[in-house]
Amino acid sequence: MLELKNITKKFGSKIILNNLNLTILDQQILAIVGSSGAGKTTLLRCLTGLEKIDAGHFYWNQREFNPIEQNKNKQIMGVVFQNYELFPNLNVIDNITLAPRLVLKNTPQELQTAVQKLLLELDLTGKERLYPYQLSGGQKQRVAIARALAMKPQILCYDEPTSALDPALRNKVAKIILQLKNNTGMTQIVVTHDMEFAKQIADRIFTVNTLAN
Amino acid sequence: MAYIISIIPALLAGVKITLLLFLGTIIMAIPLGIITSLGLLSAIKPLKLILKFYIWIMRGTPLLLQLIFIFYGLPIIGIIFQRYDAALVALVMNYTAYFAEIFRGGFQSIPKGQYESAHVLQLNYWQTLRYIIIPQVSKIVIPAIGNEVINLIKDTSLVYVIGLGELLRAGNVASARDVTLIPLVMVGIIYLLITGMISFLLKRIELNYSKWK
Repeated sequence: MLELKNITKKFGSKIILNNLNLTILDQQILAIVGSSGAGKTTLLRCLTGLEKIDAGHFYWNQREFNPIEQNKNKQIMGVVFQNYELFPNLNVIDNITLAPRLVLKNTPQELQTAVQKLLLELDLTGKERLYPYQLSGGQKQRVAIARALAMKPQILCYDEPTSALDPALRNKVAKIILQLKNNTGMTQIVVTHDMEFAKQIADRIFTVNTLAN
Repeated sequence: MAYIISIIPALLAGVKITLLLFLGTIIMAIPLGIITSLGLLSAIKPLKLILKFYIWIMRGTPLLLQLIFIFYGLPIIGIIFQRYDAALVALVMNYTAYFAEIFRGGFQSIPKGQYESAHVLQLNYWQTLRYIIIPQVSKIVIPAIGNEVINLIKDTSLVYVIGLGELLRAGNVASARDVTLIPLVMVGIIYLLITGMISFLLKRIELNYSKWK
């Protein structure tokens, strides 16, 4: 269970998150919806350690944690960025395996088994040696999901996963998110402005008004 | 023909000094340029100021003057270099400044998302630089670095001013002694061969980076 207690985030004098309290249960898919500039991406960035909060506490299974200094042996948050942020100088396989190899110190055998499974699940078999510029938008996103999953996070966060996709690919992402829940029980947080998509995947929906408190 | 063969040993001795200075400068100035550029981009203001001042001096004064200052000027305060060492120090200091500015531009052109992506994957600062940022920066800066590298091979001829017997000086000595331009024509041909080989090598490096975008 992930708990956010009294989270406050300001940019200068502008308060973006004001004393926010939120609980996300295990295996739940939480969709955070709202218009642009409302603070939903800021919340995701705070959760993943990309922004420093001004006040408040994060708890994972009742134990406080600082997203900026996550435990390397047990990554709590994985992130799929809006524009994927794949590393252009690395091919698909290296994008996925770099961090597990350097951070988790996975052996080549462990890496190979894990990666083959991910490639198969995410329909990326045969794309191993391609570079990001050779992939379509949907394929890039699936590589970004595989890369995040390879770090074995407890929670997977998505920032606007449908913003650059056509309706067919949108449904494919929804299927992947639901499959992940059904197969692994992974807790997932999805930031989106797309209410229809949120309804399609989420167990629970937070609107911007809820966040604004 | 017999004359040409007779001056080849003297010219080759000059080539040796020219290449030693060139390689020594490249080996030291490129890593130092990267480190200096990181200093320029750091948040430590006094360090940035010192580095900016250093670059201003190095780029704002002629290399010839720097050579003279290091070999003839520094002994006044007790710092004495041999001719070769003085030449190497001057070239390394001068080219580090130029490389630093080129790398600074390269680092600044990498999107913030690449650093954030590496951060959420828990790569540390050095891993991020080594595997993600420096390869991308290298691809961007190779054409500009290439220009400087070609300039460097020609700039090594300036060390004649401190009496070091590099290629041009060897040709000059033979030309003055034998009252003929043939040695200088040969010097020109040797420079063209060296710069031709360097250009070929740079093209190969560029080609190697072209497999990703």
